[in-house]
Amino acid sequence: RWTVVGRMADAALFEFLHMEMVAELWSHHSDPGPGGQKMSLSVLEGMGFRVGQALGERLPQETLAFREELDVLKFLCKDLWVAVFQKQMDSLRTNHQGTYVLQDNSFPLLIRMASGPQYLEEAPKFLAFTCGLLRGTLSTLGIKSLVTASVASLPTCE
Amino acid sequence: SSELFTLTYGALVTQLCKDYENDEDVNKQLDKILFSPFLPRGYNIGVRLIEDFLARSNVGRCHDFRETADVIAKVAFKMYLGITPSITNWSPAGDEFSLILENNPLVDFVELPDNHSSLIYSNLLCGVLRGALEMVQMAVEAKFVQDTLKGDGVTEIRMRFIRRIEDNLPAGEE
Repeated sequence: RWTVVGRMADAALFEFLHMEMVAELWSHHSDPGPGGQKMSLSVLEGMGFRVGQALGERLPQETLAFREELDVLKFLCKDLWVAVFQKQMDSLRTNHQGTYVLQDNSFPLLIRMASGPQYLEEAPKFLAFTCGLLRGTLSTLGIKSLVTASVASLPTCE
Repeated sequence: SSELFTLTYGALVTQLCKDYENDEDVNKQLDKILFSPFLPRGYNIGVRLIEDFLARSNVGRCHDFRETADVIAKVAFKMYLGITPSITNWSPAGDEFSLILENNPLVDFVELPDNHSSLIYSNLLCGVLRGALEMVQMAVEAKFVQDTLKGDGVTEIRMRFIRRIEDNLPAGEE
C-alpha cells in the first residue's frame, strides 16, 4: 500500500538541515560587514571539512588505492558526489599542474534558490560547507588542498 | 544510510558548543542556549519535510492518531533515518503514545562535550515531528522521556495529541 523511495529521502533531510544550518550560523556572527561574513563562511567550511573527513574514513579500503591524483578527482566527481548529492559532477577540467575545476550544472544545494543577480550574492554561504566537505575527504585521502567555489549563474557552480 | 545527515548534525552541535564556550555568562545557560535554536530549526525542517514525505510515499490521510503513529514509525522514520521505532504505551484515551528507539538516531559519530545535556539532540527531532504534523492539521507535543545518551536503556519519544488544527477563515469571510 505504501511505496517508499528509501535511498534519496535522507538526501532531502540533509538538504533541509543544510538550509537551516546556514541560516542559524549566519545569524550567530552578527557583524554584517565582510569580517562577520568571512567568519561565518569559514565556520561552515570547517564543519564541512570535519564531515568530509568522517565520510572519507568510512570509505571501503579498495577505493583508497588510487594510482594517481586524477583518479582521486574522478572518484570525487563520481562516487562521492553520487553518495552525497545523488548525481555525478557534470564536468571535470584540469591544467595538469594540480588545479582542477569541477562543474555542477544543477547543484542541489542551490536549486532551491531563485535565479537572478541579487541571489548570486547569497550563493557563497550555500557552497562553503560543500567546499569544506571536499577538502575534508581529500585530506583523508592524503591530499592537502584548497577548495573554492564560484557561481556564474544559478544553479550552476564550479 | 542517513550518515551524512547525522554527521552534519553532529558537526553543527559541536560548532554551536564551541561558539559559546568562551563566554562566561553564556556558559551558565549553555544548555538553554544550545537547546533554543534546535526546536525552531527542527520545526522549519519538519514543515518542509512533510511535503517531501507526502510526495515520496503514497500515504493517504490518517483517520486517527493510531494510524498516524504507524505512519511515523513504519514509514517516515524508516524512510529518513533508516530505523523503525516500536510504538508502545498508548494512553487509555488514545491520545498519547511512545516511540521506542534502541539508540538515539542522531548520536552516531558525535563528540558531545562534557557536561552538556543531551537535550540538545532531542530537540531537533521533536521540532521536526511537531512541524511536520502541524502541516497536516495536527497540533502535537513531542518530547524525549528517555535517552540512551543519558544512560537510559532505550530512547523514548513521547508523542501527545493536543488538538486538530482547523483552517481559520479571516474575519469577514463566509
